[in-house]
Amino acid sequence: MIRPSRDVSLHAGVLAALLLLFFVTSAYHNGNLARIMVLAVFAMGYNFLFGYTGLLSLGHALFFSAGMYGLGISMNHLDMTVLPAFGMGILASLAVTGAIGFLALRTSGVAFMIVTLMFAQAGYLTILLFGKYTRGDEGFVIQQAERTLFGIDLTDPTNRYFAAFALFAVSYLFIAWAVRTSFGRCLVAIRENEARARMLGYDTARHKYLALLASGVLSGASGAGYALLFGYAGATFASVQYSILPLLWVLLGGAGTTIGPLVGTAFAFYLVDVSSEFTSAYLLVVGATIVFLTLFFPQGLSGELRRRLAPWLP
Amino acid sequence: MEFGPHFLLATLEGALTAAVLALTAVGLSVVFGIMRVVNVAHGEFFMLGAVIAWFVSTLVGVHPAIGFALALVAAPVAVGALAIVADRLVLRRLNYDPERTIVATIGLLYCIQQLTLMTFGPDARPVVPPFNQRIALPWFEFGEQGLQVIWPWGFGITTYKLAVIAFAVIILVGLWQFLARSRFGLVMRATQLDREMAQAFGIPIDRVYGLVFGLGAGLAALGAVLIVPIRQAHYLMGHEPLLLSFIVVIIGGLGSIPGTIIAAVLIGLSDGIISVFFSPTLAKIIATLLVAFVLVFRPQGLFGLRSA
Repeated sequence: MIRPSRDVSLHAGVLAALLLLFFVTSAYHNGNLARIMVLAVFAMGYNFLFGYTGLLSLGHALFFSAGMYGLGISMNHLDMTVLPAFGMGILASLAVTGAIGFLALRTSGVAFMIVTLMFAQAGYLTILLFGKYTRGDEGFVIQQAERTLFGIDLTDPTNRYFAAFALFAVSYLFIAWAVRTSFGRCLVAIRENEARARMLGYDTARHKYLALLASGVLSGASGAGYALLFGYAGATFASVQYSILPLLWVLLGGAGTTIGPLVGTAFAFYLVDVSSEFTSAYLLVVGATIVFLTLFFPQGLSGELRRRLAPWLP
Repeated sequence: MEFGPHFLLATLEGALTAAVLALTAVGLSVVFGIMRVVNVAHGEFFMLGAVIAWFVSTLVGVHPAIGFALALVAAPVAVGALAIVADRLVLRRLNYDPERTIVATIGLLYCIQQLTLMTFGPDARPVVPPFNQRIALPWFEFGEQGLQVIWPWGFGITTYKLAVIAFAVIILVGLWQFLARSRFGLVMRATQLDREMAQAFGIPIDRVYGLVFGLGAGLAALGAVLIVPIRQAHYLMGHEPLLLSFIVVIIGGLGSIPGTIIAAVLIGLSDGIISVFFSPTLAKIIATLLVAFVLVFRPQGLFGLRSA
């Protein structure tokens, strides 16, 4: 079975590599990596629900944007400082996830997909409806002067990188820890066979609800972090596209693996980045690559790695 | 205009939306019901139908009606053929795995969208309707002289819109008869009920799946050709029909074609009527929440028998 020492060294290695990358790559790639790390938190939150619990949601954009607007509105309209505003972002995503999970988890399978999609769509439209505060599609900028934490200017590229790293590291270690607890094991059991898990005496409804809450809060933390570090909140982040993206990242990287979301997010980000450098038709390259990957790497990149080289991969 | 005429007009516009939506959604429904494939690229097949209609009707510059009639045949056939190729090259190799087909069709969506942008361009382009007479509609009112007929200003509909509604009804009835009576319909239903058993009875599952995928895409393209003289062809136009079709298919009940059609009429009409009387954004919020709550308390859809 899984040897913990390998796990620990893998996690330490991933984090160390990310730290090291800051010093060896150019400023441009540093900016990209910061963005990837923040978005990977979103993907990890998604993976917790989809990859480990087996619930396919199409509404995570709502949890992401709840965090984003929770922070953005607290800072711009309520004049809060960074730390309480970040807390507001987390609270907002917790409240939204809690309410929606209560209703949506009555369904499963395709109905769950559509219910979450509908709630997210209603949320997106609500953001547009209150355009006076949210500025709708146009979005709003969070002033540079306000984005400081403990006197550290988060708009400075170096500080931004390490802030993104901190957010990523905390979420990553949380996931790595959570999936190895008995709670995490039970989630996998639910994914594989919910009826059997219930028969064994597990309260599957409670497990799924808690998994959804954790997933939503991680997504919200990513949204709040994104708004904070890149200084912008807009309704685009609540649209269907941002519900599909984490699914794409997770499936590309490998669902149900701890490093999958990071791998998938980085891969997708650089796929767009590199292909748009030499062709304006970058979506064609992206689309063709996605089709190619699903054909030949059915378990995603790190899923394939696990199958071929490292069966111990957590 | 007063409430009555206003309401009738909204209903007619809603019926138009419902007609096109029903065609598109039934296309998604057969694919979903029989193949269990969530085809995210369905909206792009819709868009391709509209774009091909524009190409055909522009190239055949004889008379709008001839060009349109050609497009009405050519676009669904071409899109259907493309879908069959996509099925053979991609979906079949994925063994119709639910999750992997979602990702693969997202990839297809990007490819189709970008290729259309490169050939067709970013502009919205109109197609001339084959005929377009305006019919003023009468309204009855109790006045001082008892019941009288009035002709409210701006109260009317074009012949083309009525023809679209009629045509969609004919196609849907035809499709229903085809599925219920023909041998291929029987084979399709057998495959839907039990894939392995159907195969054991010598039904070529692969070929059935390919044809079903082609049929679904062709229906979306047909809906698009019908709507393109009213709303223009644009490379991003596939987004909304995809979302609406999904809602319709799920609300109607998975794999139930009559359910899909009833749901399309319900949603098309309520979309038309609600958006006339409320702010469009608020109307959409109410509509999406309604859909969500229907599913929360009836996950199998309004007319579905099996649980989704």
